[in-house]
Formats: sequence, structure tokens, C-alpha cells
Amino acid sequence: MSPETPAAQPARAEHWRQRLIRTLLYGKNVDRNVKARARVGLAIIAFVSIYAIIAGKLMLFGISAESNEASRRAAQDATATARPDILDRNGLILATDVKTSSLFGEPRRLVDRDEAVELLTGTLPDLEVAEVRQRLGTRKGFVWLKREITPEQERQIHRLGIPGIGFLRENKRVYPSGPVVSHLIGHVNIDNQGIAGIEKWLDSNGLADLHMAGFANDRQQEPVQLAVDLRVEHALRDELLKAKEKYKAKAAAGLVSNVKTGEIVAMVSVPDYDPNNPREANDPTRINRLTTGVFEMGSTFKALTLAMALDSGKATLNTMYDARGSLRYGRFNIRDTHPMGRAISLSEVFTYSSNIGAARVALSQGVEAHKAFLKKLGQLDRLRTELPESAEPIVPKRWGELNTVTIAFGHGLSVAPLQAVMGINALVNGGYLIPPTLLKRSETEAMKFAKQVIKPETSQKMRHLMRLNAEIGTAKKADVAGYYVGGKTGTSEKVVNGRYSRKQVLNSFTAIMPSDNPKYQILIMLDEPQPLAETYGFITSGWNTVPTGGKVIARIAPLLGLEPRFDLPPSERLILAATR
Amino acid sequence: MISRDRRTPLSQWWWTVDRLLLAALTTLILGGIILSLAASPPVATRIGLEPFHFFNRHVMFVLPAFAVMIGISFLSPRQVRRSALIMFAVSVVLLVATLVFGAEVKGSRRWISIAGISIQASEFAKPAFVVLVAWLFSESARRPEMPATSLALAALLLVVALLVLEPDFGQTLLILMVWGALFFMAGMRMIWVVGLAGASLAGLFSAYLFVPHVARRIKRFMDPASGDTFQVDMATESFARGGWFGQGPGEGTVKRILPDSHTDFVFAVAAEEFGIVLCLALVALFAFIVIRTLKTAYRTEDLFTRFAASGLAILFGMQSTINMAVNLHLIPAKGMTLPFISYGGSSMISLAYGMGMLLALTRQRSPIELEATGGAGVARYA
Repeated sequence: MSPETPAAQPARAEHWRQRLIRTLLYGKNVDRNVKARARVGLAIIAFVSIYAIIAGKLMLFGISAESNEASRRAAQDATATARPDILDRNGLILATDVKTSSLFGEPRRLVDRDEAVELLTGTLPDLEVAEVRQRLGTRKGFVWLKREITPEQERQIHRLGIPGIGFLRENKRVYPSGPVVSHLIGHVNIDNQGIAGIEKWLDSNGLADLHMAGFANDRQQEPVQLAVDLRVEHALRDELLKAKEKYKAKAAAGLVSNVKTGEIVAMVSVPDYDPNNPREANDPTRINRLTTGVFEMGSTFKALTLAMALDSGKATLNTMYDARGSLRYGRFNIRDTHPMGRAISLSEVFTYSSNIGAARVALSQGVEAHKAFLKKLGQLDRLRTELPESAEPIVPKRWGELNTVTIAFGHGLSVAPLQAVMGINALVNGGYLIPPTLLKRSETEAMKFAKQVIKPETSQKMRHLMRLNAEIGTAKKADVAGYYVGGKTGTSEKVVNGRYSRKQVLNSFTAIMPSDNPKYQILIMLDEPQPLAETYGFITSGWNTVPTGGKVIARIAPLLGLEPRFDLPPSERLILAATR
Repeated sequence: MISRDRRTPLSQWWWTVDRLLLAALTTLILGGIILSLAASPPVATRIGLEPFHFFNRHVMFVLPAFAVMIGISFLSPRQVRRSALIMFAVSVVLLVATLVFGAEVKGSRRWISIAGISIQASEFAKPAFVVLVAWLFSESARRPEMPATSLALAALLLVVALLVLEPDFGQTLLILMVWGALFFMAGMRMIWVVGLAGASLAGLFSAYLFVPHVARRIKRFMDPASGDTFQVDMATESFARGGWFGQGPGEGTVKRILPDSHTDFVFAVAAEEFGIVLCLALVALFAFIVIRTLKTAYRTEDLFTRFAASGLAILFGMQSTINMAVNLHLIPAKGMTLPFISYGGSSMISLAYGMGMLLALTRQRSPIELEATGGAGVARYA
């Protein structure tokens, strides 16, 4: 290491072997100083990139941890979800939240899986051993084991002290009235999120957003008050169940609607399901026939046809129509159930429910006017209410004279029954088309949505015609004394294998009360009622839906606060006189 | 107190030392104390010691370590070189003694007990070896007639032989890589770089073929399902559990499960309790120390200083990156401590010794001094 070694003459001092090795290793005539500096630069680049990779991987972990955390928080939020109470119009509880505990596992924290499985299944015998083992065997951070356990079970499991097993407080939705309000109120899933009926409407109208923002986890929420009257609902359902049994019908449906506000005071479609245990809700026979199903409403539609003629001013109650023989139209031959064999007045068309008469009334107005009138009364467009479930009416694609003929008496156009109710309401409430609602509202609020569709005088005449049916027509069996009931029956033959069947019918009865100033409309429907000895083998509406309607009216009219009035004069003098 | 007016050795030191580097190293040492508090008690409890056993010892080592670091940083490059030579000689002797007298722990002899203190000689050999080899390479450039390269190779073979006999593959790997890096910096032709890379790959492959536990580890890394990946799983898990801001001090769970939470997996423990943000800060600290030193080495004109400083920085950098990469499951599991953070007395003192030399070498020097460092002439600036 002598310091005076002359760097200037390396070649001389250097042995040739060493020079060879040096050249081999480092190359010839290179400035190793410059080279070394460049290579330190390379080392810097290498370390910068290695540290960057490590930092990048750390950030990836951070991001994935964030999403993990988010999914867990979502589960927690969903369970913490509180829903507002749902009340009927009188403040009775239809749906409320109850606190329960749910059991979860954190497989990553579990110390001994086998022990945990053994202890848990020992305490909760209804747990599937294999399933619990499989769930706890995953590498997930959070798995549900059993939702909604009892306080006693919770206490027992808590006492076992298994690490990695915990409880979450959850809100469980309960429906004290059970199936009575099923279709109307819908139901929620296990995470307390509304998936049908009003419950779903609540979610799509801000409740879900509230949950996202995390504001919905307390009980500070305003209860939601519905238009439905639980007592009326119950009475209606009770009578419909009895009628369904008695007439061996496939299904029955009923609706009570406030004529002046469009409120749905009761809505029942049996068979229904229990929203506390909504397993049967997906059964296609248990749909809500009033909104989700579309039907040819039959003779009920004649009310619309006649109102159109009366409102146009081209016809009066006394305008005569030829109802002799049968009406041949193309390959169709239209007959009446009770052939009159003479010319009949417009009023008689309604009372005797003449298909031929109705067809002639419609034809006299023309196809376009018919179509426009039905459109105006909302019969051709999908009706949307708070209920997420709704069906589109089946309207003929090419609407010719033949269509007008059949639609005049309620065939060839399928609408949701609720839609028809809305139309009939407009005919008898002074001419206002009011969209139906499930929420409670006052008459003034309803008038904001109302649209005048027919003249008040026409409405008055329609009231008279409806009342007349109960006095001398097909609705006599529903004329409950004191409530001045009016109504229209409908018996529509169902299409079976492409033909109208005489044995399978869909019967409906639309009633209004009191007819001189209607407050409520009641719709009763029976799907395929069977003939009974009591009905002398008839299956027409007058023999089954009308008596059912009568029973319903007798029960609900007092509940609805209608004052009975006795010894009222007949319609001719009470209603019709007012129009003159 | 430390004024520029008077040239005391202290003021000399203070105004020439890289104060930012010093600050970074000090932060790291202090951070190590806090992380040791988090990571070591469960391990101590598990092996039946009182909970703060490792923590107390960690703190006990921090003071002498800090003193060593500062003390060494006062040395001139020439003194650094000499101290390294002496240290290298001593540790080679100790390594041989370890092989003869050392107690076998977990299948290898790494520790020798001298006067009641167990010492891991290989730890002390590392920085000394690096400085020695750096000097040899710088000599080979300056004075081609000296067989410096051959000597460097001889030193490597000696150390590697001793480490393989222990056996200690982690340290062997580090020594080989640092030596290779220095050789590369010394201006080795590219063909040899490629050759060396090929040789190390071949070495790795033969290790995969002939050393069963190396093969197992690599297989496990490639296909986690093939074997027990418990430790690494737990480590990566802790990053996910910690999230950005951690579970909070003392809230960690991984440390209760991982056997080496206070040494090899302290980074994962840090992530779980203090969060990924803190881990990123740690990474930044290591990166700062390594890259700043390399930049100083890049600028300096003196070959020995350049090689020695960058060699020490690379040793430090490799050790930290390998440890963190194993924790993050970026490379197969390899036992490697995180400098200044992991527990280990010998490692701490040896790191302090290495970083002390680093500080000494990165001190600002006048051109006259620089001239002098190459040769024997002591032309101190004064």
C-alpha cells in the first residue's frame, strides 16, 4: 500500500498476467471512475423502483382493505336498517320493526373451527353441520351463520365464548296483521330492504338513499300513514274468503275505493300470503289480481260506453236502440243473455245489460271517439300507483269497428281492475278522474291531481243508472237497506283454448254507495265461481258476486261512517229529478 | 454551542456530517422502539418470558447502538477502512469460533457466547466485509498491479464458506449480492454481469433442486396451496386488517399468532396496528436513507468512499427491501430482519456500526482531504 506508486506508468509495473485479468474483467482502456459513477446511478434507479414496488403493493393492500371494510360496513348498515312504521288510516300498526340478534362468524379470527362448529350446532340444533363447517372454512372476514336468533339462544352462545363468533343487532320487520294486508304492504327481505308493495315503494322513495347516507339507523323516522282502513280490509277479506270457499272459486279479489279522493281503503286479493313469512309470495296464483293482473272486465265496461254516449250529447237516457235478434259482425254473432226482442232505451241497455245495445251505442259514437274516450279515462295506459307491481292493459293493436263492438260490453280489452275502478269513480263522482293512491289524502289534495273527464250532468245520470240496477236490475241482492247502493254486474267468459267458455267465467260486481252522492266504490271479483244448488245452477255475477258484495257492504258501511238513511224515494225521483 | 467559529472536533463533525441522514436514522431507531413495544410482548409471553423482556433488551441495545453510530461517524475514511479491517479479522475469528463452540439452535450454529453475551458474528462481518471489499475494488482501479480483485474474491469465498457451514443462507445471500453489486460498480464488463447473474440463477436453481427447504419455500410462493403458508398468509392478512390507519396500538391480533412477529414480521405487525400509512412512511424512510447515500456516492470523486458508501447503502437497502417484500408476499419467504426495527442485539450494534461508517463516509470533505484519502498521507484540513 505504498502511496508513491506512480499511477502514470501502470503498464510497466503491472504484471502481464494481471493486465490480462484486468482487461478480461473490466475491459480495455476504460475510465473506471466514470463507469463506476454511472453504475451507482443504475443502483439508484434500481432501488427507487424496488421501493416504489413495495409502496405500490402496500397501497394495493390499503385499497383492497378499504373495499373489504366497505362490504362489511354494508352488511352492518343493511342490518342496522330501520324502517318507518306503516300505519293504517286510523293509526293502527300494519308494519313495524323489532330488534333481534343475528349470529355471524369471522373465519379469519377463528382459533378452532371444529370446536366452534361442534359447540354452535350443539346449541342451535337446526344448524346444518356441513354448512356451518363450510362457511367457517372460507377465508372470508365475515359470514352469516344464522339470522334472527332468540335472546335465549344468544345468551347460550355468548356464554360458550367462542372467539370469532359474534352477534349483530338487527331490525326484523313484523306485520301484526299478517296476510290481511299482504299484497298492499308487500314485504322485506332478510336485510330489511323492501322488495314488494308499499315497502318497496318506501325504499325507492328516499329510504334507500337515507340508508346509504347512514341516517336511517334510528327510530326517528316519521311513520307512513296509508289510506287503508284495517277494519274494512279485514271485513272485506273475511267475506271474500267465505265467498271463495262457498262458490269454489279459484280466486277472489275486492277493492274499496274512496270515490272522491281516489284512496284505496281496502284491497284484497286471495289467495294471498303472509308477509311475515313471504315464501309463498312468488307463487303465480298468489299475485295481486287488482293491479298485477289484467282482465276483460265484461259488462262493467258498459258503464263507460253509456257514459260516453250520454256525455257526447248525441244520446239521452231515452234514445232507442235496436236489440232484436242478434248482432252479426263478421264471423261473430253477438247475443244477449236476456234477449229483449225489441228496441230498447239506453237506460234499458244498462239495466238489462244488453250486449247488442251497448255495441250499437258504441258504434253510434264511432271508433275514434270510443278510443279517445277510453284513453281519456285512463283505460289504455299502464296505471302506476305506489305499488311497484303494475300491469299494462292489453289493447288491440289494430282497433276496428269489431273491436269497438266487443269493447263496448267489456271484451277485447284487458285492463287492471284498479284501472276500471278509477274509471268508474270518475263516472260517478261528478266527472273527475283521480289517480288512485294507497296513501292517506284529503279531498282537496286529491283535487290537485283530478282531471274533469265528463260533465257533472253525465255523472248524475250514471249514478241514476247504477242505482236503477239495484232497484230493478241485476244488483238487487246487494241493495243493503239504508245505504242506497247502486251497481253494475259483469260476467265475462274466459278465453279457454282460444274460445270464450261458458263454464269458466270471471265475475265482477261494481257497487257505489250511496248512489245519490257516492262516497265509496266497492269492487268484488270472483274467478271461476262454480254453480250451486242455491244459485239454481247459474254462474252469472248476480248470483255470486252481488250477494258477496251485499254482505261486504253490510259489514263495511258502518265502519266507513256512512249514516244509514231509510225510506228514500226511488232513483227516478231522487237522482234523476235533480238533473232536470 | 456548535459554532462555526471554533474548530473543535465536535463542530467539525456537526457541520460536515449529513444531518438529514442522521435525522432519518435516528427516527428509524426511535420508531423501532415503538414498534418493538407493539410486536415483542406476545412473543415473550409465548416463550415464557416476562412480557417486556424483548422490549427491555431492545431499549437496552438502542443506547449503545446510538453511541457506536455517532462514535464511528467521527472517523475519517482512512480510520473507517482500518477499523473495518480489524473488525473483519475479529469477526472471521469469531465465525470460526462459532462453528466450533457455538450452540446449535434450530439446526444451525450462529451464536457464540462470550462473557455471557451471545454474539452473532456474521452480523459484524457484514459491514466490515463490505467496506473491505469496497477498498479492494477501489485499489484495483487505482493500482492495477495489486491483486486486489483476487483478494476481494478470496475474502468473499472465505466469508461465504464460513456462513454456509453455519448454515445461514440469508446472510450468505446478502453477502453475495452486495459483493456482486460492488463488483458491478467497480466497472466489471457487461459480459461478466450477465455471467454473474446467470451463475446466481444457476445457484438458485441448484439450491431449488438440492436443498429441500429452499425448494419447498419457492414452491409455496408459486402455489400457495402446495404447503403451509401460514406465516405469510397471516402477514398479508394483517395488511388487509390494518387498512390505511390501522386497528390502533395494541389492537393487533397477528402478532399473537406469528412466531417471528418481533423479527421477520414486524412490518406486518406495524401494518395491522398502525396502518398502511405508517408502513408507507417506513418505506419512505428506508428509501430516503438508501437513495440519499447513493446520491452522495454518485457525486463523490473518491473511489473508496463511493464504493464503501454505496456498498453499505446497498447492504442496508437490500436487507430492508427483502424483509418488506417477504412481508408483502412479493418474494418467497426468507428470514431477514428489518434494519433497526426488528429485534436483535448483534444486528442492532452491527447496523449502528455500518451506519456510523456510512455517516463518516458521507461527511463533506474538502478537495485536499479527498486527495489524501486515497493515499496514506494524512493531510487533515486544518
